[in-house]
Amino acid sequence: MASDTAVPVASTATGHPTGKGARRRPHDDTRLALMFIAPAFLGYCVFLLWPTLRGIYLSFTRFNLLTPPKWVGLDNYVRMVHDPIFWNSMKVTLEYVVLNIAFQTALALVIAVMMQRLTKKTWLRGIVLTPYLVSNVVAAMVFIWILDYQLGFGNYILQHLGLGRIAFLSSDHWVIPTIAFINVWRHVGYTALLIFAGLQTIPESVYEAGRLDGASENRMFRHLTVPLLRPILALVLIITVVGSFQVFDTVAVATQGGPVNSSRVLQFYIYDLAFGRFQFGYASALSVALLLVLLIVSIVQYRLSRADESDLD
Amino acid sequence: MTSATLEAPTLREAPSEKKPFSVGRAVAWTFMIVVVLVSLFPFYWMLRTALSSNNALYAGSHSILPVRFSWGGFERVFGLQSGQKALDAGGAGQPINFWRYLLNSVVVSTLVTAGQVFFSALAAYAFARLRWRHRNRVFLFFLGGLMIPAIFTFLPNFVLIKQLGLIDTVFGIALPTMLMSPFAVFFLRQFFMGISREVEEAALIDGASKVRVFFQLIVPMSAAPITTLAILTYIASWNDYFWPLMVSYTDKSRVLTVALGVFKSQTPQTGPDWSGLMAATLVAALPMLLLFSLAAKRIVNSIGFSGIK
Repeated sequence: MASDTAVPVASTATGHPTGKGARRRPHDDTRLALMFIAPAFLGYCVFLLWPTLRGIYLSFTRFNLLTPPKWVGLDNYVRMVHDPIFWNSMKVTLEYVVLNIAFQTALALVIAVMMQRLTKKTWLRGIVLTPYLVSNVVAAMVFIWILDYQLGFGNYILQHLGLGRIAFLSSDHWVIPTIAFINVWRHVGYTALLIFAGLQTIPESVYEAGRLDGASENRMFRHLTVPLLRPILALVLIITVVGSFQVFDTVAVATQGGPVNSSRVLQFYIYDLAFGRFQFGYASALSVALLLVLLIVSIVQYRLSRADESDLD
Repeated sequence: MTSATLEAPTLREAPSEKKPFSVGRAVAWTFMIVVVLVSLFPFYWMLRTALSSNNALYAGSHSILPVRFSWGGFERVFGLQSGQKALDAGGAGQPINFWRYLLNSVVVSTLVTAGQVFFSALAAYAFARLRWRHRNRVFLFFLGGLMIPAIFTFLPNFVLIKQLGLIDTVFGIALPTMLMSPFAVFFLRQFFMGISREVEEAALIDGASKVRVFFQLIVPMSAAPITTLAILTYIASWNDYFWPLMVSYTDKSRVLTVALGVFKSQTPQTGPDWSGLMAATLVAALPMLLLFSLAAKRIVNSIGFSGIK
């Protein structure tokens, strides 16, 4: 690719229709363009493209950072297939993604529609977005405290309601739903605003027509909003699902993968292998596996969203 | 640009302004109030806990107001309390280098934002307006980067940063995202393409160079979206945890998010210093909340699909 752009041809024969043509010689900006894209191009190649290729290469090696990587062929992948912790991580991650996406999307959709139908005031959207502005670490910290078994206000309320205290982050049963909940708290506002933006593209006339036909808000939601919104929802899902698979921060701060392995999501396992045990080669193989999963998920979702693109007109 | 997008909804809202009271609307409003409360409660709870005496929290865990009001939590975060006093309150006893972490966070986020937005804008202009061979092919090549999740590059980038000898430096944390992000290039290109060519041509005829046109015409005309992008980049960089966690080992380069994690893991398992922890959490979150409040309208209205697809 690099050679592609380095061609210093001053070919003025690019045939650009310069509108009011003869006023200015149609010229070629190759030189300036190369200067303008050089820093970004460098950044792209050095910190995005090259690491991607290198990550794939490292997945075929044994590498502990201290000695040079040693080519081991498919060893890491064979080990991966036989690694129960890897499969457990995959399972835990999927469980998290399903819970996180289901609640987040449903809730965000309702919030977006409410904002659309009730009030479009910016301050309300600002408040809904507030949790998104703090880091995952901050979100994790405050919920570790609110959901603390002994002193957490959340558990105090649960007990008061007669539901009994729950060890949210230290029972293998509750830990993944809890982490999913924390991340829903932080991200639902952002997702709602994305959907809200999509709702804005549905012209008000559609609703007016519906209202003239005597449709209730409920009916209009089911028969107008949802079908017209489907392509936007599909796009939102691609963004959020891909993000959701990469869950790490909350786990690292709140549970360290515990109790035992019940919240050891894939990305945390990868980190632990690389930085806890210096198995960079194996960790890279797991990264490649995650990358493949993400690719497949995106392609499938993209196909599904394309399949019925007939929305407006 | 922002004002234009702002007007559209208000105009549309006008005819349906006076809706009669209905049970449905009451339920809907109740739901929205619950959403607002759930969004904001954790922030209040941080403040309430941070202003409580840690030792009193055990007896008063359900109190809505601070329990035995005290600045102790904040004093421990800023290292204003003596070691013994901090230990008595359940703190870690060793001073927290809070100002250092704050400085590191500011340096990293500023480097990333300034670099990424500037270099991405240059590239975006080249893709949007300059004429050169293979422009579209190179642009597609850039777009491919959107497909690579950043997280995949972390391990190999760590190896690279280590080879460059930049481990445990703020520069090492900032470098990989300082030169571009495919999203920023894409976002700005879309915007630059929307600027009318006429203005640009006029300036060119007056003899201005394309470089001048970019800096004195295009950039000022795009101030709004560039600011929005910069603020969003700043917030994202400030909140980043995973990458700085890999690169920084000591106080020298530790940023706030990582420090918060360390702070949490250092507190004793039994009877942790909740008021200190919540004070630190609040202080780590506050700068971005303030930044947001300065440009809330712009940020809220910028979220949409203009940048994507």
